[in-house]
Amino acid sequence: MAKAELMNYEKALEQFEVVIGLEVHVELNTKTKMFCGCKNEFGNEPNTNVCPICIALPGALPAVNRTAVESSIKIGLALGCDIQPTGRFARKNYFYPDLAKNFQTSQYDEPIAFNGSLEVEVPSGKVHNVLIERAHMEEDAGKLTHIGGATGRIQGAEYSLVDYNRAGVPLVEIVTKPVYGAGAEAPELAAAYVRSIREIVKALGVSDARMERGNVRCDANVSLRPHGTEKLGTRTETKNVNSLRSIERAVRYEIQRQAHILANGGTIIQETRHWHEDKGATSAGRPKSDADDYRYFPEPDLVPVQPSKELIESLRASLPEKPADRRKRLAAEWNFSELEFRDVVNADLLDQIEETVAAGAKPQAARKWWMGELARIANEAEEGAVPNITPAQVAELAKLIEDGKINDRLAREVLGYVLAGEGSPAEIVAARGLEVVSDDGALIAAIEAALANAPDVIPAIREGRMQAAGQVIGAVMKAMAGSADAARVRELLIEIANK
Amino acid sequence: MSDLIRKNASELVELLRSKEVSSVEVTKAHLERSDAVDGAVHSYLYQSPEAALIAAAEIDRQRAAGESLHPLAGLPIAVKDNLCTTDAPTTAGSKILEGWLPPYDATVVKKLRAAGMPILGKTNLDEFAMGSSTEFSAFGPSKNPWDLERIPGGSGGGSSSVVASFQAPLAIGSDTGGSIRFPAAVTGTVGTKPTYGAVSRFGVIALASSLDQVGPVARNVLDTALLQDVIAGHDKHDSTSLPESLGSMADAARKLDVKGMRIGVIKQLTGEGFQKGVSARFQESLNLLQAAGAEIVEVSCPSFEYAIAAYYLILPAEASSNLAKYDSVRFGMRVEPGENATIERVMAATREAGFGPEVKRRIILGTYALSSGSYDKYYGAALKVRTLIQRDFAEAFSKADVLVSPTAPTTAFKFGEKVDDPLAMYLNDIATIPANLAGIPGMSLPNGLAEEDGLPVGIQLLAPAREDARLYQVGGFLEKAHEQVWGKRMIDFAPELEVR
Amino acid sequence: MSEITPDLVRHLAGLARILVSDDEVEQLTKQLGLIADSVATVSKAIDADTPATSHPIPMANVFREDVVEPSLSQAEALSGAPDSYEGRFKVNAILDEE
Repeated sequence: MAKAELMNYEKALEQFEVVIGLEVHVELNTKTKMFCGCKNEFGNEPNTNVCPICIALPGALPAVNRTAVESSIKIGLALGCDIQPTGRFARKNYFYPDLAKNFQTSQYDEPIAFNGSLEVEVPSGKVHNVLIERAHMEEDAGKLTHIGGATGRIQGAEYSLVDYNRAGVPLVEIVTKPVYGAGAEAPELAAAYVRSIREIVKALGVSDARMERGNVRCDANVSLRPHGTEKLGTRTETKNVNSLRSIERAVRYEIQRQAHILANGGTIIQETRHWHEDKGATSAGRPKSDADDYRYFPEPDLVPVQPSKELIESLRASLPEKPADRRKRLAAEWNFSELEFRDVVNADLLDQIEETVAAGAKPQAARKWWMGELARIANEAEEGAVPNITPAQVAELAKLIEDGKINDRLAREVLGYVLAGEGSPAEIVAARGLEVVSDDGALIAAIEAALANAPDVIPAIREGRMQAAGQVIGAVMKAMAGSADAARVRELLIEIANK
Repeated sequence: MSDLIRKNASELVELLRSKEVSSVEVTKAHLERSDAVDGAVHSYLYQSPEAALIAAAEIDRQRAAGESLHPLAGLPIAVKDNLCTTDAPTTAGSKILEGWLPPYDATVVKKLRAAGMPILGKTNLDEFAMGSSTEFSAFGPSKNPWDLERIPGGSGGGSSSVVASFQAPLAIGSDTGGSIRFPAAVTGTVGTKPTYGAVSRFGVIALASSLDQVGPVARNVLDTALLQDVIAGHDKHDSTSLPESLGSMADAARKLDVKGMRIGVIKQLTGEGFQKGVSARFQESLNLLQAAGAEIVEVSCPSFEYAIAAYYLILPAEASSNLAKYDSVRFGMRVEPGENATIERVMAATREAGFGPEVKRRIILGTYALSSGSYDKYYGAALKVRTLIQRDFAEAFSKADVLVSPTAPTTAFKFGEKVDDPLAMYLNDIATIPANLAGIPGMSLPNGLAEEDGLPVGIQLLAPAREDARLYQVGGFLEKAHEQVWGKRMIDFAPELEVR
Repeated sequence: MSEITPDLVRHLAGLARILVSDDEVEQLTKQLGLIADSVATVSKAIDADTPATSHPIPMANVFREDVVEPSLSQAEALSGAPDSYEGRFKVNAILDEE
């Protein structure tokens, strides 16, 4: 793959207007697949969540998952869409080994939801109103593994293996109208848009929304046109960009790549491109051609979906608070600094902190735990792993500190035991006898009482003779009947000596 | 020839219930008949004598133990080879599926098993049910028991010939444009295409999803009704399955009364283009109906002129998509066109070798009908013609309770006569196709013999959607009237087959 | 006059993933030409206002509840496969070497 020449980003934006369009696929978290009763589950043994329907054996027929339809309507409503009064499924015909039927059951001219919009805030604080063309229901394909060849990629592979566990998993594809006017912020807007979609489907509870598992996938369309011209440029579609950071990078890369070609009198080929995270570049896939004649026609094996007004209104009433509204509310309630709040949003920890606060923790304490120690532990664990602790347990931990039952150092120790599954923080403190006198006031009183009987200890510590401290520590421990934290006593002694 | 095999299913049911005969005896009699004649007739692609006898013995045991049984329990049956069966290979008459053993039973097959009906085997058909003669079966044609030089109709020529040659009292067929009714007409038997959705399509190898319907095949109207009552009913695995019950067809078949019914003669399906004997017998039946107190009215269905054209767009379009799954990946044949061929080339080579000429022709025609630039002119226009045909029927049924026509323009033609002329073959279906386009039920029953060739002629009855019972009511009457006129059952005019 | 040309037949066969020989292309061009001319009459019957009927019996809102049903075992799923490996369906390479 030859690396393409790129134009400097700022120069590209001086010469061209950027137009983007985003197609986001959301995998729904229904219990079963879109058209059959097989489990919709990630990570099982290959070809164990399959049946005659999803591996397309002769004679099998699809049946629509009611929950998937309702989830799709919810997504449509959350995006401010109109809901299709009569929507048929359609067959999209093309041959590919991961597509068991060699057609995808999708929707064509009657998508379940259409004509919506979404306000998206980019890091600069500017809010863009992204118009939604449509959201339609379809099914995922199976998973191909390419064996042989140097890289395990499709090129040069000797053969491929197909697992249809994912085949038929319900998808909602959300398609924007062309997005104009984002300028230099187009890459950030693309990423922020996908983040917003993720937040919405997560808040709706209709998807696990985990990008690293492919629950949310983005195809990014990019085209350029000289400033002041009307005609849209030829677009490329970069497929399956699977992290927010990659989306931003891929859009930026395409802008620079296309700008270089156009500025040098070349033409953009309408094609599918693939993003390579390692190389930070896109490469050409299949050009769009006659072969993309999908021969859509109404799916004869399924009858139309006609959501009643009552159903739509009851689903509308069940919608949770809009993520943007919620952010505004929480920012006000918690009183974080703007930077602190943005970090929490970026770390995707709003839910955890909100629940921790609801369980009785102070907002700053909740933030400190989730953004600090727990984030560090999560980072060290494998990607996507969630620390084995509930918001209620974090709140309990914070409360133990607040009440002076344990100090920060002991709290970290307790946290370790919680993560190891020993129980709740209070249970662990009780079971392990960790409820120490960490009340510095009581300790300091005891220390001062002991120092009164040993006036030469402080000067000795100041001279660096720490062994002198032992006398005082022993006296304090004795006075507190052994429940004092010796290390803390030692720390406090040093503090006093250094005053 | 054992007496048992010539009996009607309704008679066998009585003998079984009264324990005068056992299911094993009935099943054995039919298996022996197959041993004797199927070498010549070739109704079966696969026979399952062991499984049938085990099922029969189980029913006999249950009956002896006094267990409550389905009325048709113990009655053996043959099943068209486009219904999935876990204990018999299912090929749809195609090389591409040769030897495929499905891991699941079609819903209809499940119902037959639940009713305790031993399955004798799988009957022949044109490949993927595309054809009117079984000449497009990859495994050789079935023969018409009336004249082994002639076609038994298609696509369900295996099911029509299996009952016409007394190898089975009942059979399952499927009808996309006449595949139950045309074979019935040319073999002097009875077949019904129920209302679309009345019988589950789950596990039935799809030809054209919006046209396909499974139905009963037998030698008389009551037997056909009894079988429809077994296989009909809602199936949650088929989203186009009707939610409601259509009532008892057997009760309707026993009414034998048409007094006061309005019988509509479809103007466009009489006269020119129909063989002399076909037209003559049709007129006689109208007279019989009138004499019994029915009112004969003429109805006009002008859009029928476009029915064949619409059908030969909709069917190939849906079939081209339904048959895409035959790609050598998950089941069926695989052909390697050379070393290191890509999967794309393997798929193309497999489909080239595995599909016969008619299937390829229709897949490519259907691909054309759906392709960008052609859709509106072909497939889209055909869907609109479908609306016009439904309107014609709605208008006709406002004037008549049941519509009648000859089932087919001619009696059974000879092998080879039309096999190389697709358009001539397609014209055969002119009377049967409109019912599939509109989803309404249709029946063909024997209508006497054509004097010019002595071969059976069929009459078709059509009723509004969900009114299948009307077919059985009128059909039951006509059958009885014919027996009075001709002196015996029509099937009893069939020549004795040479027994091996 | 038919618009079915040998090139169109080759293109359609490609879309339908069917290998066709030159002889077959020639024969199919002839046959499909006749059939296409004949079926093209549908456009004479209709006008722009005629609604389309895709499903013969009007029905709507037929749903399956989101309840897990038994799947096939891996062995059953693979039982009909021409080739399989470690629980997966095995197929030849998808792309030619680039």
